[in-house]
Amino acid sequence: MMTKEIIIKNRAGIHARPAALIVQTANKYDSQIYLEKDSDRINGKSIMGIITLGAAYNSRINIIAEGADEKEAVEAIAKLFENKFEEE
Amino acid sequence: MKKFTVLDLLDLDLKDNNSLNLACIGGRAGLSREITVPDLNRPGLELSGFFDNFAFQRIQIFGRGETAYLEKLRKENETSSLEHMFTHPFPCCIFTHGLSPDECFMNIAENAKCPVLQTDLPTSNFSTRLIWALSNIFAPRQLIHGVLVEVFGIGVLIMGESGVGKSEIALELIERSHRLIADDAVEIKCVGGNILMGSGANPVISHHMEIRGLGIINITHLFGVGAIRDKKQIQLIVQLEEWDTEKEYDRLGSQDNTMQLLEVKVPALTIPVKPGRNIPIIIETAAMNERLKKLGYHSAKEFDENVLKWLESENARRVYFQKNVTF
Repeated sequence: MMTKEIIIKNRAGIHARPAALIVQTANKYDSQIYLEKDSDRINGKSIMGIITLGAAYNSRINIIAEGADEKEAVEAIAKLFENKFEEE
Repeated sequence: MKKFTVLDLLDLDLKDNNSLNLACIGGRAGLSREITVPDLNRPGLELSGFFDNFAFQRIQIFGRGETAYLEKLRKENETSSLEHMFTHPFPCCIFTHGLSPDECFMNIAENAKCPVLQTDLPTSNFSTRLIWALSNIFAPRQLIHGVLVEVFGIGVLIMGESGVGKSEIALELIERSHRLIADDAVEIKCVGGNILMGSGANPVISHHMEIRGLGIINITHLFGVGAIRDKKQIQLIVQLEEWDTEKEYDRLGSQDNTMQLLEVKVPALTIPVKPGRNIPIIIETAAMNERLKKLGYHSAKEFDENVLKWLESENARRVYFQKNVTF
């Protein structure tokens, strides 16, 4: 299992478009992917789930992946966050 | 879990017939005090000076009796036990029946930075509502990946890997005039230790669904208010999975399988998904079957009993048709 903590850097937080980007990326990997905020853990391959997290600017999120390609999956999703979802 | 403060208690958005009608009348500096237990205390003993086992974590309720005793203390100028009481860090005190404490009490509370709240409800009603509201807030909760729908009055939680078709199945069920409670992220709460309540995790975005190829759709606008529900007890769990030829699926249904969520056991079914299988109809039937079981009719068990009875009677009859049997 791979875990990586990231802080949301884009001003708008995770709204519909970033959520769709995360899901698109997550679906490329076979691993189980989860996002965790506070004590809530949701499936990283579900758009509504990710939006439900209510991840606003500066909130902390754990990316968790479990499976054969867990390392690549976590890196790829973390990269989206780092690039601020190509928004700013 | 997020801290629950006295301010959150004041802000609690309850429906009309459950509202607590609370207002803050003093000690505003302490509104950030945390409430840690879903319980309350009537501080009769403490007011008379007895502090052993004082449940100071609890909200302190002052009803008519306590207020009358406070009045007596004030007349006698006897405030030591009251002052001692306020050295304990209890979350807040609440006066019921719209009663207001005297100035002396307010000063002591203000100095101790302890919020003083007031409600116009009678103590008994208020305690019931407060305990109910608090136990809901302090109930164990969990976010679950799945879709919660109400089918023929039964709360059905559809679970399974992403991409197995949960949302599409739920959509078909809504089309068949069943109701959606939450899609994708279901917040479940264990109420009273034996009931699992499911609702949308966030009222702002609930009753929307994401359908591959369509995007995000609003169920309320598309299907009307009759197609949605805010919360529902989870009475049946349907686990969907891709058809696995190696795996044995339940063919009789005489065994009642359950699944444990937040330590509550819920009847559970595993339904294999394969192109051409009409899952919504299977779920509808499962829900009706569950209702039938609740009414005392267990189809699979009764079927089995009938078969056994029939075989037995056949056995008994056969004796008469055998040759060489002497009676």
